[in-house]
Amino acid sequence: MNTFRLGGVHPEENKLASKSNIEKLPLPDKAVVFVSQHLGAPSVPVVQKGDKVKVGQLLAKAEAFICANTHSPYSGTITKIDLATDFNGYKKPAFYIDVEGDEWEEGIDTSDSIVREITLDSKQIVERIKDRGVVGLGGAAFPTHVKYMIPQDKKAEYLIINAVECEPYLTSDNRVLLEKAEEVLIGIEVMKRALGVACALIGIENNKPEAISHMSELAKNYKGTKVVALKTKYPQGAEKQLIYALTGREVPSGKLPIEVGCVVNNVGTALAIYYAVQKNMPLIDNILTFTGKSVKRNRNLQVRVGTPLQYIIDYCGGLPEDTGKLVNGGPMMGKAIVDLNAPTVKTTSSILVISQKESMRKEETNCLRCGKCVSACPMGLEPILLFNLAKQDRWEEAEKECAMDCIECGCCLFSCPAGKPLLDLIRVAKNKIGVIRRLRSQR
Amino acid sequence: MIDTVIYAILALSVIGAISALILYFVAQKFKVYEDPRIDIVADKLPGANCGGCGFAGCRALAESIVKSESLEGKFCPVGGASTMADIAQVMGLEAVASDPMIAVVRCNGGKCNTTKKVSYQGVDNCLYAHMTFVSEGGCANGCLGLGSCVKACKFDALKINEETGLPEVNQDKCVACGACVKACPRNVIELRKKGKNDRRVFVCCINQDKGTVAKSNCKAACIGCGKCAKVCPFEAIVVQNNLAYIDFTKCKSCGKCVEECPTGAIHAVNFPKKKIVEKEKTPEITI
Repeated sequence: MNTFRLGGVHPEENKLASKSNIEKLPLPDKAVVFVSQHLGAPSVPVVQKGDKVKVGQLLAKAEAFICANTHSPYSGTITKIDLATDFNGYKKPAFYIDVEGDEWEEGIDTSDSIVREITLDSKQIVERIKDRGVVGLGGAAFPTHVKYMIPQDKKAEYLIINAVECEPYLTSDNRVLLEKAEEVLIGIEVMKRALGVACALIGIENNKPEAISHMSELAKNYKGTKVVALKTKYPQGAEKQLIYALTGREVPSGKLPIEVGCVVNNVGTALAIYYAVQKNMPLIDNILTFTGKSVKRNRNLQVRVGTPLQYIIDYCGGLPEDTGKLVNGGPMMGKAIVDLNAPTVKTTSSILVISQKESMRKEETNCLRCGKCVSACPMGLEPILLFNLAKQDRWEEAEKECAMDCIECGCCLFSCPAGKPLLDLIRVAKNKIGVIRRLRSQR
Repeated sequence: MIDTVIYAILALSVIGAISALILYFVAQKFKVYEDPRIDIVADKLPGANCGGCGFAGCRALAESIVKSESLEGKFCPVGGASTMADIAQVMGLEAVASDPMIAVVRCNGGKCNTTKKVSYQGVDNCLYAHMTFVSEGGCANGCLGLGSCVKACKFDALKINEETGLPEVNQDKCVACGACVKACPRNVIELRKKGKNDRRVFVCCINQDKGTVAKSNCKAACIGCGKCAKVCPFEAIVVQNNLAYIDFTKCKSCGKCVEECPTGAIHAVNFPKKKIVEKEKTPEITI
């Protein structure tokens, strides 16, 4: 069975919510929607304080190329446009909305019926994706339309759909594959037309056998779309690793997947594209997993963007007593949540509850020279070397050792028996090298 | 027998003389002129190679001084005015007057004035913590207290005060090289004028949140009320983005703003104790 070549680890899977159907979370009374929820230039607000908005109405407009629109996930009144704290505790501009009813804007198909016929051509599809504010739901929130504007000297051959969900605990993609398979497959057809490619590969890890058989069965009706089962190994969901696992091609250091003729999108993005293009629905909700070992009922929730975290927790019956840490995302790459009143964003894929006991770090001891971090690194780097260079502020040397190739998957940290904070310092090095590179390009 | 010795001495002397001649001409041909004053100036400098002057090291500063024949914009913070006067004498130039500076930590949050809302377990690296989250107290601008500045200081002038969790500057050791300023990811540390009799007044806060938010995070935060700006007779205080800033070039250290500040965010250092104790507004003096 296929998988990527170098490194990787296999943490405990803990897919606790994999059997729970997607539930729709009731709307909150008050919501906070961030003005910018993507990577790139900030969006510009187009509504004002006191305005009445409907679901799907444009709230903030993209004025730059790498930028995305933000739409209102609620109908109601904008009470203020002010700073709000995000999951990390930092303040960002946001719309405060008092929710009144659930009135949608005209022109959006809210019915459950499946629209199969694709009427738009390639250019119109990309335009629609941009207009509906679709961003990559794999985690980085990179505006999707940018990926679909392929440079003239490059040609896309494969569309790769990332459904591996290699992070432990997360199950939202799995549920999407089981419950919204048709929508995903039509979304993939739309994407194929936008890119002008004939072949789409859906990568699913073999710890989701139901999803693999269900998708393979349905994919038979779609020419050129193939489901590939992959051996379960973390971080298979990383772009470069997935491309290697599916096509055997290696993306060169510092280059994008289009270099080897691939475009990679997440399943969530495929679903969002289906809704955006076929139903004209902007990206206003996402599916997140509320999970944890001590949580009474692990669930998959369909949540509108801007729902305060506390509201989700209350709906799920509060936090267990031994909660030590809440993580936004999976246990490997997710970040701890600082503020419980912060609202969700387009890319919030999971709220993971970790107990006090499991949340503690290992105590740091001396390096054993065992080389586990080196064999675990999926990018073929030497984490301990980068760690030591970063400790001594030797940024230029760290750059030569390809620190910028690090995908921050955390395999080194996970495998280190000495509990060294390897990834933490590599992140510092990446930040410093980024600053150095910017200074260099200015000169 | 004696002949052999004589021949050997003669032969060696001839070889020596020829080599000396060759060496002499080669040395003449490839001679690189180096101003002897560079060595003299470099000797006068402290040799700490801290980079505080903005040059790569002491010798680089010396080269630059001699090459440009001017002391404009060149100042050794470690040696201070006396070293610069010495160098000016060697160079036959007028010493550029420069006030002694000192690093100042502009945060008074710490353990005393903020309540811990979350706890951090990552590495002791301020930049990493800054990339990860706001701070344990909730202030997005204040000191993280992990001591990256302490590690950056080559003169042992900074240390973390265990009680407050904030770095403290030892004013006898600080040479204002600016290494800590560069090490701080949040620009908490600033180089300010040491002041007359080492007395200085500064706003010990850099958070730009609105008053209510700032106050909810930290008892000693500047709330941007502007009282200090009104009371200042020298127009040295500007309130911008909910934050007061005292311009040290205009400040005469009269201390009026210190008494006026409702949160105790303005600190006066090395003033006679009486004044501060009376008002009981600044319980902690952190330089």
